[in-house]
Amino acid sequence: MGEILSEYDVLGAFWVTIQLSVLSAIGSLLIGTVMAVLRVSPVAVLRLIGTSYVNIVRNTPLTLLMAFSVLGLSFILGLQLSDQATTNSYWWAVIMLSIYHGAFVCEALRSGVNTIPPGQAEAARAMGLTFGQSLSQVLLPQAFRGAIAPLGSTLIALIKNTTVAAVILGTAEAAGQLAEITENEGASLPTFFLFALGFVILTLPLGILFTNLSQRLSVKR
Amino acid sequence: MSEPLVVMDGVNKHFGDLHVLKDIDLTVGKGEVVILIGPSGSGKSTLCRTINRLENFESGSITIDGVELPEEGKELAALRADVGMVFQSFNLFAHKTILQNVTLGPIKVRKMGKADAEKKAMDLLERVGIAHQAQKYPAQLSGGQQQRVAIARSLAMDPKVMLFDEPTSALDPEMINEVLDVMVELAHSGMTMIVVTHEMGFARKVANRVVFLSDGEIVEQAPPDEFFTNPTTDRCKEFLSKILTH
Ligand SMILES: Nc1ncnc2c1ncn2[C@@H]1O[C@H](COP(=O)(O)OP(=O)(O)O)[C@@H](O)[C@H]1O
Ligand SMILES: [Mg+2]
Repeated sequence: MGEILSEYDVLGAFWVTIQLSVLSAIGSLLIGTVMAVLRVSPVAVLRLIGTSYVNIVRNTPLTLLMAFSVLGLSFILGLQLSDQATTNSYWWAVIMLSIYHGAFVCEALRSGVNTIPPGQAEAARAMGLTFGQSLSQVLLPQAFRGAIAPLGSTLIALIKNTTVAAVILGTAEAAGQLAEITENEGASLPTFFLFALGFVILTLPLGILFTNLSQRLSVKR
Repeated sequence: MSEPLVVMDGVNKHFGDLHVLKDIDLTVGKGEVVILIGPSGSGKSTLCRTINRLENFESGSITIDGVELPEEGKELAALRADVGMVFQSFNLFAHKTILQNVTLGPIKVRKMGKADAEKKAMDLLERVGIAHQAQKYPAQLSGGQQQRVAIARSLAMDPKVMLFDEPTSALDPEMINEVLDVMVELAHSGMTMIVVTHEMGFARKVANRVVFLSDGEIVEQAPPDEFFTNPTTDRCKEFLSKILTH
């Protein structure tokens, strides 16, 4: 075990996992918020765009999205994000993780919007707030606070799903490192447990944090 | 009648096959208090909601202070700011304090500075008797208190006219009067008001006119004394006999 830790940069690999997670979390939050806004907008075409996005992306396996990014977009269409293969796959991983989890963020936010009595949006309109102001002042703040628990679950799923990046794109994050160690040193249970523990250490505190936040920040009705 | 403020002219509205508003002609003058009554489902709420276009309508026109209602958009938002609306279910913003509820419109719509908006809000909260609760959240207040805050929130926009859609129907009986008192004071201060309510005592006290709506039609309208003592149509007599016997 000590040998493995000294020969391989396990912490470095988890650091890449954390980077992928943070960047994709930001990306998916942005995409998800935009899609949620489309889904509640008064314009039918925009709602259709939001709905289609969620239904298509949510029902496509992440593995397929990743494979599509590298095989389809990168190799066949030549959409290279970087000359270096590792950097290229790193950023494709961020993009695909963002797109995929954006759909779940959108649904979490929409469930948050559903916790708001419809009269509040109406009161905001009646007061003369524009659609944008109603969103930013009344709907989104309450939607986020009502969606903290499902947003937490999405973040935890995202962290675990970064491992798909290793399998498909060969990104050098934790799961990629585990595969490499297993290949070179042979399979070993302690190594597996070490990596599993790494993920538990990343996700368990987040789970507790989000449960706590969702209780503290919930809007009293 | 004083100078006309709200003018509805031949307004028609359908929900699918249901003809909810049938050729509505209604003029409300500046400073006038008009009570709208009628059976459940007769279109009272819809009528109120078309006045600030929370509902669209198919034909006819509605003008407010001489300006015709624009289609949905920035202009409509500006016009809505001039029309206060108080709902049966209060609809305070649950994540904002009482003070923030009242300052939101002035700051975002009227572009008032925060300090001025807060001062104005505190004066209004004082007027409706909630000033000492300004830092609380809506869920911490009783229904009657929330409704008074909702009235203050509307007043903060300096509306030209206020619409009330059954403002006391969701309240426990002991809280009805605290809200009606605020509304009486408002009526006496000269506010133009259109009020959907079945509080007949309130109607007698402050209304200039009672308008009776049935099946989407204005069937009868008269000053309260005349209206309650001498209803002319059968539909109106029948309705009054139902609500006044208790
Ligand atoms: N959004 C809506 N969609 C379809 N029908 C509606 C809608 N709102 C109201 N209605 C119908 O229109 C009629 C008038 O409703 P409303 O204006 O709420 O009456 P009132 O306030 O006098 O009780 C009722 O029959 C009601 O069921
Ligand atoms: Mg009604």
